[in-house]
Amino acid sequence: MSEEVSNITPREPGNVMGPQVGNLALKNGVPTVSEDGRELTTLNLGPTHPATHGIFQNILQMDGEKIVSGTPTIGYIHRAFEKIAERRPLYQITTLTDRMNYCSSPINNMGWHMTVEKLLGIEVPKRAQYIRVIMMELARIADHLICNSILGVDSGAFTGFLYVMQKREEIYEIYEEMCGARLTTNMGRFGGMERDLSNEAIRKTREFIRTFPAVMQEFEKMLNRNRIFIDRTVGVGPVSQEMALQYGFTGPNLRAAGIDYDMRVMSPYSSYEDFDFDIPVGYTGDTYDRYMVRNGEIWESFKIVQQALENLPEGPFHADAPEFYLPPKQEVYRNMEALIYHFKIVMGEIPIPVGEVYHSVEGGNGELGFHLISDGGRSPYRLKMRRPCYIFYQAYPEMCKGVTLSDAIIILSSMNVIAGELDA
Amino acid sequence: MEVFWIKAIIVLVIFGLSLVVAMYSTWAERKVAGYMQDRPGPNRAGWGGLLQPLADAGKMFFKEDFIPLQANKWLFIAGPCLAMLTALMSSSVVPFGDTIKIGEHEIQVQGIEVNIGILWVFGVVSLGVYGVMVGGWASNNKFSLLGAIRAASQNISYELAMGLSLIAIIMLTGSLSVRDIVLSQHGAAWNLFYQPLGFIIFLVCAFAECNRTPFDLPECEAELVGGYHTEYSSMKLGFYLFAEYINMFVSSCVISALYFGGFNYPFMDKVAEALGSDATGHNIATAIGFGVFFAKALFFVFFFMWVRWTLPRFRYDQLMNLGWKNLIPLAILNVITTGIGILLDIRWFSWVAMIAIVIIAVAQSAMKPKSARGILEAAPSR
Repeated sequence: MSEEVSNITPREPGNVMGPQVGNLALKNGVPTVSEDGRELTTLNLGPTHPATHGIFQNILQMDGEKIVSGTPTIGYIHRAFEKIAERRPLYQITTLTDRMNYCSSPINNMGWHMTVEKLLGIEVPKRAQYIRVIMMELARIADHLICNSILGVDSGAFTGFLYVMQKREEIYEIYEEMCGARLTTNMGRFGGMERDLSNEAIRKTREFIRTFPAVMQEFEKMLNRNRIFIDRTVGVGPVSQEMALQYGFTGPNLRAAGIDYDMRVMSPYSSYEDFDFDIPVGYTGDTYDRYMVRNGEIWESFKIVQQALENLPEGPFHADAPEFYLPPKQEVYRNMEALIYHFKIVMGEIPIPVGEVYHSVEGGNGELGFHLISDGGRSPYRLKMRRPCYIFYQAYPEMCKGVTLSDAIIILSSMNVIAGELDA
Repeated sequence: MEVFWIKAIIVLVIFGLSLVVAMYSTWAERKVAGYMQDRPGPNRAGWGGLLQPLADAGKMFFKEDFIPLQANKWLFIAGPCLAMLTALMSSSVVPFGDTIKIGEHEIQVQGIEVNIGILWVFGVVSLGVYGVMVGGWASNNKFSLLGAIRAASQNISYELAMGLSLIAIIMLTGSLSVRDIVLSQHGAAWNLFYQPLGFIIFLVCAFAECNRTPFDLPECEAELVGGYHTEYSSMKLGFYLFAEYINMFVSSCVISALYFGGFNYPFMDKVAEALGSDATGHNIATAIGFGVFFAKALFFVFFFMWVRWTLPRFRYDQLMNLGWKNLIPLAILNVITTGIGILLDIRWFSWVAMIAIVIIAVAQSAMKPKSARGILEAAPSR
């Protein structure tokens, strides 16, 4: 074997040859020759490849259509959110969280608000919690719709994507009612919501509940039992339970491997314990399981939205936390105290109590955690965001080893790696 | 001399028609996609977007004609030319209609009648892959090269099954001339009714030959950016896209000629009788046949689009498996059963193979579990 290797790997002067693993000659840890001695092709998948849906690069060593190894490069849209957060008053950090997983930004917003509320010790009224649940579950539906339909697009079925895109549009209209924005929502405030669930928002949500199942069933009919789709996805990019846990997977990608770990159940927040829902899990963690788990979660989220809207309690939609919740404008113009709080909040001059909290929510992609350390200043001493995409993506080189280029693409889209969350 | 001019006009009309049909296929594709996807499709240029193809062509001409520095310049230019040339050549032997009578001349509505017409179609379509290969290789881009390799291997694999399914037709007809094959299906005796399996194989292979979904691997955007035409711009790209639509139209024509009776339709004898046997009546009957042929061909163009916006695409190895392990054995089976049918003088004998395969397929799927994995049914709740 070693003679063969010496035959097929001529040492070029000036090249650093790494250790030889098995039959593969390595150069800087990357094989240059395939197992039977053919030269490998280097293919740059990204940073601007139509299938990466974001900006990240994979330098693939290809043996024909087969991927021998992949080297990911991240950081193309790194915006240093954690560092910026150390200079900003708390309420300005909400806009940073929008831009992480932009497919489900309300979940990020709510996760951040809950973290701060935990530090400040604010008790959120029940109505606000229910409104938050509605918004978070709508966001989860939107996130999973995008992921699953893009999986269809990447495997060549474009039509289903446009079916569900209309429903995502309706969800975005509900966002608009709640916060005025569609993609980067900046929804809610510390202590509750910025505004109450208006009649128009309730009407739109009811309309969505009425029309959504038919569209979703149509979408599932297109792909779930489609022979070509099943052939493309079953057994592609499987993640075993051990591998998923070792990498630290959470969310649908972990549940596809068969572990029923869900933050909404493991450590309920925002009154999730009030709702009746199931956690879909898969068997092998392959692309088809990830797809089916997301589909199942869409139905479960749909159930939660229905329950929350039916049992929506009466009461205030925000807590009484004058130091952190902006007073209404009429009060600001008439009332001295309100004016002072308004000024201090907007200028970000309110000191945060000293403390250290960690709070995590079940984001679109998994456990989205915020570790906030405060030394008593106006902005956090340190804010660490646990971004699930960053963790999934580390497994990608291992998952795409030995599969074809087509498989690598759909593995990437079924993992729902979102560049904004990956790089933060 | 008179014959020459009439023939020249017919050739020009056929040439122009295939160009116009290809042009409006692009419009129709976007309209069909629009209707399937619950959106309007092109509707700004002209009534119902009918001027959209012209606007697109204008846009194509005014784009920068870019040739990459590292590309092989002449082959880079030759690629789209070859694709266009072969696409236009293949329609010349397709019999679009019966004959027209002018004076004492009786002229066939066909570019050229050769007695090996079907071999001509095959030869030219096989040459078509050179356009893709040359263009993909000359681009000096790895995505293009992968697309070109995929196109070449796909076309070669599927041509085999296609040819084998045709052999059954040739055995039934005893002629290689497309006109003879069409004339042998007089009235409603279409080959479809005698060659069901052959038709399905031919249809699948036609999809692969045209690089249409679910076999659009050479140009699938999600994986290979643009496939073999990643580096092309301006009208060179337009040529590739246009050649693809012409190929689609020609394939539809060939399918309708070989399996759907071409310009034959039920009760055509009675229609011809009613119109009389003088020159005018005969010409009107031919015109009706021409219309019938076009209706069939356009239906298949629509069918190509319908499938494209419904199905996902195969993976490369699955495509090869389907071609070599499924379609070719089936085509051989079809040839054998057809041969037995000819021996026993039973024309519909290949239905036996078809029914056997359907029974096997149904039995297989009945034995499999209902859901692909039963994932949600078996999921433990919290």
